[in-house]
Amino acid sequence: MPPLLLLILQLATLALLLGIVYRPLGDYMATVFTTRKDLAVERGLYRVIGVKSDSDQSWPSYFRSVIAFSAVGIVLVYAVQRLQEYLPYALGLPAVPENLSFNTAISFVTNTNWQSYSPELTVGYTVQMLGLAVQNFVSAAVGIAVAIALVRGFARRSSPTIGNFWVDLFRGTIRILLPLAAVFAVVLVVGGVIQNFSDYTDASTIAGGTQAIPGGPAASQEAIKLLGTNGGGFFNVNSAHPFENPTGWTNLVEIFLMLVIPFALPRTFGRMVGDNRQGYAILATMVAFFIVSVAAMTAFELAGSGSATSLAGGSMEGKEQRFGIVGSTIFGTTSTLTSTGAVNSMHDSYTALGGGMAMINMMLGEVAPGGVGAGLYGILVIAIIAVFIAGLMVGRTPEYLGKKIGTREIKLASLYILVTPTLVLVGTALSFAIPAVRDDVEGTSIWNSGLHGFSEVLYAFTSAANNNGSAFAGLTANTPWFNTALAVAMFLGRFLPILFVLALAGSLAAQDRVPVTAGTLPTHKPLFIGLLFGTVLIVSALTYFPVLALGPLAEGLN
Amino acid sequence: MSPLRGTSRQYWVAIRAMLVLTLLLGVLYPLVITVVGQVAAPAQANGSLVRIDGKVVGSSLIGQGFTDADGRAQPEWFQSRPSAAGDGWDAAASSGSNLGPNSDDLVAAVGDRQSAIEKTDGAALADIPADAVTASGSGLDPHISPAYARLQVERVAQARDLPVAEVSGLVESMIQGRDLGYLGEPTVNVLQLNIALAEMDSGNQ
Repeated sequence: MPPLLLLILQLATLALLLGIVYRPLGDYMATVFTTRKDLAVERGLYRVIGVKSDSDQSWPSYFRSVIAFSAVGIVLVYAVQRLQEYLPYALGLPAVPENLSFNTAISFVTNTNWQSYSPELTVGYTVQMLGLAVQNFVSAAVGIAVAIALVRGFARRSSPTIGNFWVDLFRGTIRILLPLAAVFAVVLVVGGVIQNFSDYTDASTIAGGTQAIPGGPAASQEAIKLLGTNGGGFFNVNSAHPFENPTGWTNLVEIFLMLVIPFALPRTFGRMVGDNRQGYAILATMVAFFIVSVAAMTAFELAGSGSATSLAGGSMEGKEQRFGIVGSTIFGTTSTLTSTGAVNSMHDSYTALGGGMAMINMMLGEVAPGGVGAGLYGILVIAIIAVFIAGLMVGRTPEYLGKKIGTREIKLASLYILVTPTLVLVGTALSFAIPAVRDDVEGTSIWNSGLHGFSEVLYAFTSAANNNGSAFAGLTANTPWFNTALAVAMFLGRFLPILFVLALAGSLAAQDRVPVTAGTLPTHKPLFIGLLFGTVLIVSALTYFPVLALGPLAEGLN
Repeated sequence: MSPLRGTSRQYWVAIRAMLVLTLLLGVLYPLVITVVGQVAAPAQANGSLVRIDGKVVGSSLIGQGFTDADGRAQPEWFQSRPSAAGDGWDAAASSGSNLGPNSDDLVAAVGDRQSAIEKTDGAALADIPADAVTASGSGLDPHISPAYARLQVERVAQARDLPVAEVSGLVESMIQGRDLGYLGEPTVNVLQLNIALAEMDSGNQ
């Protein structure tokens, strides 16, 4: 079967499955975040934590709750790693070093799941479950909560509040993430993903050798790793490991899991602002980017250029036979267009332009469809920029969904889109500009020499600042420089955008709705979809083109 | 409420929320999935282990080496793909090579592997498939392509003094197509093929 047909059939299957759940899941999520009714279990939990579910918060209060909850998460994840030797199921592993624990704590709380460490050699089952898997759920729920708060900003009129963070957090976790994760964890076990508490099993191989077969509660973590667009692997090689992703069909299930919530959230948005067509316009923009991107990466990998790749006769270095090239590029595109960062093949060994596509996907701001919640609020911010640009063209005050886009809104949106490029470019530049750091980066961290080595560093900061978590994994990132610099990039890349989004939500919610007039730009028609597509492209392409020319473009066009 | 009291109240709520969620998501959830998994699909949940005479010889999902103590390929076994996991097929240290598409080291490694296969299997360079000379992503890929399995038939048959047609027939019978006909790529599971091969060989004697 020709690769193009394989690609089309797999994409068609995904489109069918995602299409089927778009309305029911999107509507369900809208109900979850608008109903006044609490479940009995939620009422009990609110009593325990001391929250009144009917008291809405102003945006500064909502933001302080996000920060308080995330700060407690960072402390807890740091603590369980440092105390590992005293915990059960540590597999005899010692405490995780301070610098690495710090990086990992920031990484999992920010929904990045960058891993400077190799899990097999660093963390036992208790740290994986109590520390990492919990954050896989709650960091995803925080992302959804912030997106919903922004949508409320559009939906509400003259309101001083944007919702209650604690209620959004618990509802997102208990009513959306937990049931879906539980069902798909069992599906993955049936497919061959392990779920046990055994230590290594010693095997005597038939050729006379020995092999230690790993154990662990992998499936429970795998499901939420993908569903929550987290991406932190139970094993070092992530979803390339046969115990995380055993077959061709589990590969498709995992891709579906990464996409299902981000692609359904536009429906939730449309529903909550009272016009489903608005959701379809956002969805159409996301889908257009996805198709162009997956086609490009697949084409580059199938072409297989590069001296080593062409000598081998195909881009199979770092790829698994059961997935092949097409199964790897659909996964790789999905993982980098969402904020997941899981890999089922080693991006470092991709062709220069194929690996470059992974970087470009992240540089687009992860909005097609983006991380759970983060993708929706990311593209809504760019939609604000798009209506502003359109407003400038025709000389009218821009408005979006009946809300005036004034000076304050544009300032916040502009700050939002400046955060990640600043972190990516400054981080990469400092890695080479500070002499002592440069020696360390070039001597210790970089694995491949030349242009590809530069790409490894650029990829790392792109991934961290966009909260993706995938890597050109040849890079040795477990050094003081990368552990610290990437942690800063992850932290600011997560919470500064959230600050601006919530401020935006507050300012939009406070406005009344302006009536639609003949001069209003319709934001559900193809013209706007094109405008939004172009704005996403311009905002990222202009910013990143020069640095891409130094890395993947230079290597690929050489 | 003063701002300070408001902030400390937020943190007190946050601590309780995190503890409650840790209990639910970090303890209860994985335990329930473990119980369900162990009941519904115990073989898979425990690692798809392969036993011969009750002794574990590996996992059908985890690739292993068929090399001697010095790492040289044993000609009587079908060979797995090259592995960058530890010293090779180390299931406690999964890893790809992460060598780039223009890496000189990778060019050298691919070249070495090609010459070795040309020598041992008498294959023409153009007939050696990419999976035979590239390290997998996990270093634990349990599969090879049907093309690489077919290419090894003659060598294995010769080393075991078996008719080529019989070994060839075995390989053809072990080829697994794509899931649903279009997911992934066709594969041959090397461990299962070698176990079937050993059975066939002992039956012949």
